[in-house]
Amino acid sequence: MSIPRTTHTKRVGALTATLAAAALALSACAGGGTTPAGSEGASGSAKTDATITFIPKQLNNPYTDVVLGGGKTAATAAGFATANVVGPLEASASSQVTFINAETQAGTNAIVIAANDPDAVCSALDEARTAGAKIVAFDSDTNPECRDVFISQVVAKDVALIQTKLISEQIGGAGEIAILSATANATNQNEWIKFMEEELKSNPDYKDIKLVAKVYGDDDDAKSFQEAQGLMQAHPNLKGIISPTTVGIAATARYLSTSQYKGKVALTGLGLPNEMRSFVKDGTVSEFALWDPAQLGEVAAYAAKALVDGTITGAVGDKFTAGDLGERTIEDGGIVIVGPPTVFNKDNIDDYDF
Amino acid sequence: MSTQATQTRPGPSGASRLGALLRLRELPVTVALVALVIVTAAVNPLFLSPQGMKDLMLNATIMMLLAAGQTMVIVTRNIDLSVGSILGLVAFGTGSIFAAVPTMPIWLVLLVGVGFGALLGSLNGLLTVWAKVPSLVITLGTLYVFRGVNNGWAGPRQFFAGDRPEAFGNLSVDTLLGVPIITVLALAVVIVLAVYLAGARSGRDLYAIGSDPEAARLFGINTSTRVFTAFLVNGALAGLAGVLYASRFNAVGATTGSGLELDVVAAAVVGGVAIFGGSGTVIGAAIGAILLNTITSSLTALRVDKFWQQAIVGVLIITAILIDRLASLRHAKHLREREGRNV
Repeated sequence: MSIPRTTHTKRVGALTATLAAAALALSACAGGGTTPAGSEGASGSAKTDATITFIPKQLNNPYTDVVLGGGKTAATAAGFATANVVGPLEASASSQVTFINAETQAGTNAIVIAANDPDAVCSALDEARTAGAKIVAFDSDTNPECRDVFISQVVAKDVALIQTKLISEQIGGAGEIAILSATANATNQNEWIKFMEEELKSNPDYKDIKLVAKVYGDDDDAKSFQEAQGLMQAHPNLKGIISPTTVGIAATARYLSTSQYKGKVALTGLGLPNEMRSFVKDGTVSEFALWDPAQLGEVAAYAAKALVDGTITGAVGDKFTAGDLGERTIEDGGIVIVGPPTVFNKDNIDDYDF
Repeated sequence: MSTQATQTRPGPSGASRLGALLRLRELPVTVALVALVIVTAAVNPLFLSPQGMKDLMLNATIMMLLAAGQTMVIVTRNIDLSVGSILGLVAFGTGSIFAAVPTMPIWLVLLVGVGFGALLGSLNGLLTVWAKVPSLVITLGTLYVFRGVNNGWAGPRQFFAGDRPEAFGNLSVDTLLGVPIITVLALAVVIVLAVYLAGARSGRDLYAIGSDPEAARLFGINTSTRVFTAFLVNGALAGLAGVLYASRFNAVGATTGSGLELDVVAAAVVGGVAIFGGSGTVIGAAIGAILLNTITSSLTALRVDKFWQQAIVGVLIITAILIDRLASLRHAKHLREREGRNV
């Protein structure tokens, strides 16, 4: 082919396209949760001693908000001078590191963190500990070496078992089920899923239940919605879905309630009563479970105070008082349990407001 | 650049009509879509069940609107990266309106949403036209500004489907001849825009501006007004998409619509819209949007690992650009040969 005269301008055009594509790719990287939201940091008040900072998986998440609400109130009650909340807007693996570093520099006494990734935050947390901070993991654990204690909502196994029990009741003990989780590397989700799989295999009551798929909606409403849709198509005989995440269960409920599967495919998991109320009332969902998220924040705050004061060291058997919630003991693996999960259905859902 | 002159050329013979069809920029993407649907349906018949069809259409609706609007902007050799943030603001605004005044008529909310989107879009347009800064930079800025406003406004608050009137949510449940209402609405908008871009003088002006801004100015086209209008219309469409998003999905909050902009640009490019302006059609972009959404659904229906999806979309984008490049080379050669004969 002869070289056309217009080559020059066309090259420029193609170059522009390449540049634009490169810029797009760059901006995509920049968008990945690097926007700090209100990183006030701990301002290390001089009047009294201790400061505490909560670093959730993600800010502006309704569930997290309830946890943090309980945590901040309890932090003040426990005697912390300042209680702050900082964190990323997107729940990605590495997004929490800069916030931890900032806390280390500010000399915060206690860092309470829900890890997006158990390993990614470790080296930053080690630095913070070297600088004298106490680390309390809550909601989603870090590697055990990187924190002093882990506050678990409930015994992980109980959470898994209540969900397998609910789904079994709802599908009559037999049929195909699927799990719609958050991110593929979320510590808490994967632990629950592991227990669910073990229980489904080992418990003779569940021998006719078959787990056919595990999908991940990344705790994004639209993505979880489409995953739910895909499940129904890929598995026409699906009888039920377990979604152990509040975003996932609400998005799945929305899809089921607007499709032909409403009332035919069972849905259970962990959800917030306020988000699930309309789906429980319209019959899409009959029962789901959760703990009181505020209590999780409360126990975390009291544990942090006990660590900072030196009344506990994080050793197994240590006891501390979590305000009105009473005494808690540190169990194997440095884990503190908040309490048993609650099951919500149309009879009791109106008693809860979170 | 090659304009998409093929569809406006008057009454050719049968053979050249076939030639014109083969040269259609929308052809590759359409063929890909049809092939994908046939293969998927052959393996999993459920893919084309009434519910499956409905899901496919619903999934593509919002992206289709955004891609159509984006086409208008890209054709003028500009780009609007802030559409995801505009959609988010309008979606949260819609949630807020219904939470405050549950009895608000739906048509009024649609109107307010479109107006709000148009306002945000016109901001992009004004900045691009007046400041004479590349729109890539301007809208990258407004992407973060609008998202920041959304974060500040919403905080941890979210509005759920239960907070909105049932009739509003039913827009994405009820169907007209098997097609969901919001899809009908989106299709109507896309068709109007397609006719405008292909037929109206001011619509054709956009292609002229994208092909050669300086020549367009010398020719007497008011490029500033035209480009401004393109941004405004794109904003209005993103606004409409925001309201429809609130109708379809459960939660609207601070992060609604983040990251959509890249999918939108991808849809337009895959649909044959040249990223450096001057060619491409709204219909092509809409088909591109349908294709990208259908890939997601069909990979799921075929039980292919999710993690392959993004790689496949990337390959499609590059293929689209290569096809475009080849097509424009051939077109240029063709023109030269014809001119040579006519001398």
